[in-house]
Amino acid sequence: MNDSAKTEPKLNYLNAGNTVKSWLFTVDHKRIGVMYLASIVVFFLVGACAAALFRMELATAAPDVFSNDTYNKLFTMHGIIMVFFFLIPAVPGVLGNFLVPIMIGAKDVAFPRLNLASWYIYMLGGSFTLAAVLLGGIDTGWTFYTPYSSVYADSNVILAGTGVFITGFSSILTGLNFIVTVHKMRAPGMRWMRLPLFIWAQYATSIINILGTPVLAITLLLVVFERGFGFGIFDPAKGGDPVLYQHLFWFYSHPAVYIMILPGFGVVSEVLACFSRKRIYGYEFVAFSSLAIAAIGFFVWGHHMFTSSQSEYAALIFSILSFLVGIPTSIKIFNWTATLYKGSIELTAPMIYTLGFIGLFMVGGLTGLFLATMAINVHLHDTYFVVAHFHYVMVGGMMMAWLSGIHFWWPKMFGKMYNEFWAKVGAVVIFFGFNFTFFPQFIAGYMGMPRRYHVYDVAYQPFQMLSTAGAFFMGAGLIICLVTLVASLFRKESCGSNPWKATGLEWTTADSPPHPHNFEAPVVVDVEAYDYTDERIYQDA
Amino acid sequence: MKAVKTAPDVASSYAHQVDNLYAYLLGVSIFFTIAICALIIYFSVRYRRQSDADRPEATKDGKLLEILGSVIPFVLVMIMFFWGAKLYFDARIPPKDSIEVLVTGKQWMWKLQHPNGKREINDLHVPVGVPIKLTMTSEDVIHSFYLPAFRKKMDVVPGKYTQMWFLPEKTGEYHIFCAEYCGTEHSLMIGKLIVMEQQEYAAWLAKSWTDGNTPVAAASDDPASAGKEIFEANCTVCHTGKPGAIGPDMMHAFGTMRQLEGGEEILMDENYVLNSMNNPNEHIAKGYPAAMTSFKANLSSTQMKQVIAYLKSQSEASAE
Ligand SMILES: [Cu+2]
Ligand SMILES: [Cu+2]
Repeated sequence: MNDSAKTEPKLNYLNAGNTVKSWLFTVDHKRIGVMYLASIVVFFLVGACAAALFRMELATAAPDVFSNDTYNKLFTMHGIIMVFFFLIPAVPGVLGNFLVPIMIGAKDVAFPRLNLASWYIYMLGGSFTLAAVLLGGIDTGWTFYTPYSSVYADSNVILAGTGVFITGFSSILTGLNFIVTVHKMRAPGMRWMRLPLFIWAQYATSIINILGTPVLAITLLLVVFERGFGFGIFDPAKGGDPVLYQHLFWFYSHPAVYIMILPGFGVVSEVLACFSRKRIYGYEFVAFSSLAIAAIGFFVWGHHMFTSSQSEYAALIFSILSFLVGIPTSIKIFNWTATLYKGSIELTAPMIYTLGFIGLFMVGGLTGLFLATMAINVHLHDTYFVVAHFHYVMVGGMMMAWLSGIHFWWPKMFGKMYNEFWAKVGAVVIFFGFNFTFFPQFIAGYMGMPRRYHVYDVAYQPFQMLSTAGAFFMGAGLIICLVTLVASLFRKESCGSNPWKATGLEWTTADSPPHPHNFEAPVVVDVEAYDYTDERIYQDA
Repeated sequence: MKAVKTAPDVASSYAHQVDNLYAYLLGVSIFFTIAICALIIYFSVRYRRQSDADRPEATKDGKLLEILGSVIPFVLVMIMFFWGAKLYFDARIPPKDSIEVLVTGKQWMWKLQHPNGKREINDLHVPVGVPIKLTMTSEDVIHSFYLPAFRKKMDVVPGKYTQMWFLPEKTGEYHIFCAEYCGTEHSLMIGKLIVMEQQEYAAWLAKSWTDGNTPVAAASDDPASAGKEIFEANCTVCHTGKPGAIGPDMMHAFGTMRQLEGGEEILMDENYVLNSMNNPNEHIAKGYPAAMTSFKANLSSTQMKQVIAYLKSQSEASAE
């Protein structure tokens, strides 16, 4: 393909305009993806700092760094920012925006202006939430349970709730954009069964976003109305039902787990195929199981409410459905592992993140079975076991997959390769740091330590101490990773258009960084996905 | 240095049964984690790019493995589901001979009241070997009553009653935690469950209520007698079971099933009585008019609780 290592830099989306205005008013999906990357990293760092602060507090059983109020505000801020401003938008906002059109051979998404609007909506929602933090904070936990949030809390609930409400529209619009793009903009020959698994994952995620996010928006609006105008929806003193809130909230927030993790599945499938030089084992299954998980995922929300006083028979149904949703997930893990069999494996930085993902996500999934088991759930609910479980899924799963994707497509986005040695060091440090942080929490939880405790019984201290030490270890890994990536931007040499020798239109047909219109000529697809026998991928300069 | 504990106390045989199920889940999890991690590491070494391992064209003989790969997990998780559901449902209904303790959650303390009216705050004394039934409600936000040593927990919700029970089988002191985040001092909403020998408990219960740290409870504090006054002032005209009364008997029916208009049946429990005072027309007893108006504005939630306590004591008396 085109040799981008020539002396005269070729026209690409990065050098197509250098003014601030050319970024802020761009409708190029790639630039929007990069803007998401920059803003999401900022939110991530804010959320991570909050975590570092309350982990310091938790190192010992006694209260020693912060007041209980400050502690409560820190974990709330960590949760809200990480869930709504990092985990949910991270893969779709950054990688989805950048890659969906290129991977299907399109010039842009279906509605480029709407796409830019999504970013502005995201930033507006983020500003509201940050304002809530700066103006004194919010202490309801990211779950905003009523009637605490709607009546009793004495903090900026309305501001933060409005921020999350607004941001929801950015997810909805991005989801809408991707669905239409995948349906309408595929290049000739890009049949559904030729789509990269990343696209299938984005597609399934977009469906959940469109169906689920409005419910969250309505729920938060009701909380705001109750708090601001005294509506009696959740407040029992006014005839409301506080448990209704939990149904509405989890109706969105359980599927939101799949909003966060399915795109990660997509990333992992791409990376595994590339560095095993093989088609993903059971492509069809992996593709359709994303859709199945998206659908069944809407009917398991009650597993968050086994002790909430919901009907026991409802709990029974929620329990069995939660187990059933685990089956396609476990088969996916088998498929990924089977892909390695007789592959030609190269342990690059993205591959290390992906293998780490499989291990950590599996632990997250298996511990999910504990929580789906009724009698066990009653004991473990609202303890550190739950905290550890969802961090294994969200951080060990989703964040590792995101970092894998960032490292994998970084040369595509910026045309530069990072220092691979340091990138691998970062990956390994994050992997071990993560386990040191969260594994001890399983034990603390099984021993009965409730979550969101500012002071706690001294019997739990060894585990909390380990956890704090691990968190700083993991923080060091994240800093190594960040520095390595940023440093690569200052490198002189270009990485060529397909440094990994990967399949997929983004690698075989587009430059690195891509042309403003992605491709210089219309694209026609004549190969299946992940055809690593295709000679063309090895011909690149 | 004290040895680090890695398992919670076990204070009932139910806790032990939960631990057995936990061990099964742990076994399955450890097996799959080790198996998959070992495969990943083995493949990564055996099939690394530089190795000369033979890699024939994609083999198509995976069918049997695929079927096993979905059937085995299915069977294993169905065992989890049935085992967990059975334990949960077996331990759902409190035994008839339970001692009933009233629990009120309040930011940020537990208020507890024994059947004879004796009150405690954050500490709960119970006799060993007798099932304890907790009838719980909250005065403000949602709390959750958690006894880790018994593997039991139940949310304590404002505006309704929830229930939980446990059978202490070992004397000693155990944690009571609030497990549902409830605001600033959530982590201080903790207490002690003190399981005593039965004679000791009897002595403790009979002991003057004015001694020590235990808050004083006057005789009129007994919720049932306070409830009696309220009931007699407001409800007796219609609800004592006199023939021809406008309303159904509430005095002698607590704990029984009640026929409703439209053919449904409903258990007359705390929630039913509470709801009948707040929203009298939601469940109309069969054969009676929808004539009652809400007492929401006339009675406080404490007074409603006292009425419930009175009705309960009346039906218990008539059952004996
Ligand atoms: Cu869930
Ligand atoms: Cu509480």
